[in-house]
Amino acid sequence: MTATIAHDHAAVARPVSVARGYRFELVKLISQWRIRLLVLACWIAPALFVAAVSQQSSLPVDTLFGRWMHATGWAGPLVMLGFAGTWALPLLTSVVAGDVFAFEDRLGTWRHLLVAVRSPRRIFAAKALASLTVILLLVAGLALSSAAGGVVAVGNQPLVGLDGHLLTPSDAAGKVLLAWVCVLAPTLALAAIGLLGSVVLGRSPMGLLLPALVALALQLAQMLPLPVAVRLALPGYAFIAWNGLFTSPTQLGPLLIGIVVSLVWAGTATALAYLLFLRRDFTDLTYDGSARRAVAAGVLPLVGLVAVTVAVVAAATATTTGSGIERDKVQRSVATAFARLYRLQTKQLNRPDVTEAQLKATATCNRGGGNVAAQGPGNDWRCVISWHLPDVEAAGTAIYQLDVTADGRFVADGDGPKEVNGYFLVRTPIGDAPNPLWQFDGNVELLPTAPKG
Amino acid sequence: MGALIAVRARGITKCFGDVVALDGIDLDVAPAQIHGLVGPNGAGKTTLLGLLLGLAVADSGRLEILGTPVRRALAAPDCVAGFVDGPGLYPSLTARQNLAALAALRGRDARTAGIDDVLDQVGLTDVADDRAHGFSLGMRQRLGLAAALLTKPRLLVLDEPSNGLDPTGKRHVHSVLTRLATDGTSVVLSSHRMDDVEALCSEVTIVATGRVVFSGPLSKLAAENRELDYRLHTSDPRAARRLAVDTAGIRLVDDGARHQAEVLVVRALVPALDELVVRLVHADIAVRELAPVVSPLEAAFLALTEQQEAGR
Repeated sequence: MTATIAHDHAAVARPVSVARGYRFELVKLISQWRIRLLVLACWIAPALFVAAVSQQSSLPVDTLFGRWMHATGWAGPLVMLGFAGTWALPLLTSVVAGDVFAFEDRLGTWRHLLVAVRSPRRIFAAKALASLTVILLLVAGLALSSAAGGVVAVGNQPLVGLDGHLLTPSDAAGKVLLAWVCVLAPTLALAAIGLLGSVVLGRSPMGLLLPALVALALQLAQMLPLPVAVRLALPGYAFIAWNGLFTSPTQLGPLLIGIVVSLVWAGTATALAYLLFLRRDFTDLTYDGSARRAVAAGVLPLVGLVAVTVAVVAAATATTTGSGIERDKVQRSVATAFARLYRLQTKQLNRPDVTEAQLKATATCNRGGGNVAAQGPGNDWRCVISWHLPDVEAAGTAIYQLDVTADGRFVADGDGPKEVNGYFLVRTPIGDAPNPLWQFDGNVELLPTAPKG
Repeated sequence: MGALIAVRARGITKCFGDVVALDGIDLDVAPAQIHGLVGPNGAGKTTLLGLLLGLAVADSGRLEILGTPVRRALAAPDCVAGFVDGPGLYPSLTARQNLAALAALRGRDARTAGIDDVLDQVGLTDVADDRAHGFSLGMRQRLGLAAALLTKPRLLVLDEPSNGLDPTGKRHVHSVLTRLATDGTSVVLSSHRMDDVEALCSEVTIVATGRVVFSGPLSKLAAENRELDYRLHTSDPRAARRLAVDTAGIRLVDDGARHQAEVLVVRALVPALDELVVRLVHADIAVRELAPVVSPLEAAFLALTEQQEAGR
């Protein structure tokens, strides 16, 4: 005997909407203890770190803006940004985007998910959007927490830029926020590489590690004396190029190129991950990725993308070979930073203010005592700065040893005279204070520039 | 218009590369019927269940589910639910959260989706707020069943739903499936446990190496089968032994070893066994136990699948 059931033909199920799938993926992500732990850590730890470091007598001077952490709360989030670009963001993207597909492989839930959602396309979109949301939440935590920690612990003071110019607190806040927004582009590129690794490599741990490994490789590449066009065409360059926001005028060219390249990488890697995901056979529960497919559909297109972006950047910037670090640029950069910091020192010492135009600071630089061509990165740069004071006939001179790295950053270390740049303290009317001319960071713009003024 | 047949499959073939998983399978599942799918490992059961759930599409053949032709993957009707290769659960969510997330995915309010009701049906109310991470296999199976029930299915597809179940869990699952069938839902389940299939299913399909070797009611399977061994425990084993020897169509199994035994093992077809019981009763011998040593389904399964293997 059979019971009678409804006689109508059953309608074919419609796929679940992306919005519902997105919420489902968010619930799954947020329910994982490691994601919760990361969210907590990103929203609390930076504030504590910045506040604690700002109270120390020894500052992280090898990190950009680290030497200004006593002076302003806005240096803290920039120190954190430098750390995040090197370690935190690649690891965060690994844990979130690098695992978002492999997670289902480990649990063996693909069939369940497919039956529930009924559209691999929408599953991909929902997973990509959910992982993006979590990554944005983590990045926002790093930025806001470190800024709050700095401002609360040190105060809302002006920030000294990379070329010595002073940013008002509101300018500094805006630039700090903008710098964090800019590094979202390379973060997205790493996240997309994470999605690709997660799709291609399945349960293999390599999928999880891929963004971190790619980030490490990109950082190593940036340390090499690569041609400028290659350096700018790598997707991690925006992790460095935000430095250009803290010069006057801002060095927007490299930053914009870095952002565009990163976004192209994000789009390409996401598209590759999408295509590979749609082709995947979900009936194989032991899927651990395919090495051949990983190379053919993952690595080769991205290698091709590097070649294309190098060619485009080279054509757009009229640079093909060379490090972009040349004597004229180094001299201009050092002289500009010196003049601006000299004014800061003058103010500290309660002396009459002088303008940069009055100082007419110039630098004469060489490498290796003049025995090496004055170009490219190296720690053997030596610059002699000359400047003039109003109503003083003789020019002042000061010597700096420069360590210029391949990405254009330099640290200028004062070599005397003692009363100008030879000692780390200056005696001010209210007591000893850090000498801004003793050591300072600077930045050489790698793209061709015309001399200003 | 009569009641729609739940599943009608004709000539279904499915290959994975060089491997032929299904080779011209025919399957009919009536409405409100619990249909068992049995077969050795690698016979193609999970592949067939996957086709019913819409996870894949057949390479050739015709498949209709609840009257709707299924011609592409993930195009099964909305009222088909179930799982293959174990239920898909998220260990970081509680039982209730797993179900609530599924309900929300389908656009239903978790408060009115009947989550408490389905948890109660499968006997998981006490652990509703525990994370699935700590669930045993049996509890996971029951939660998977609860997830399927949440969709109020008209066709329920279950792969090994009795795996890992303790007696209480088994009773819950059997009760749920029986009630569903009574209410009009068709159930297709695969199992290696013949006692489950015999207890639950009105019809069974035996699959071996991707082909159907039997499909029909369990009674038909028993009738088609060869002689079975039965354990016979009576109040007078000596007299019972004499009657068994004298009854046509009855053979004593391993007679020498069991000559002094309290329990006889006899081999017979059902009609001869009936005759023996009549004779025992007429001789005032009480029959305390009469049961097949191996269940009819299991015997048929072994016989049919061995034949299939031998014929390859």
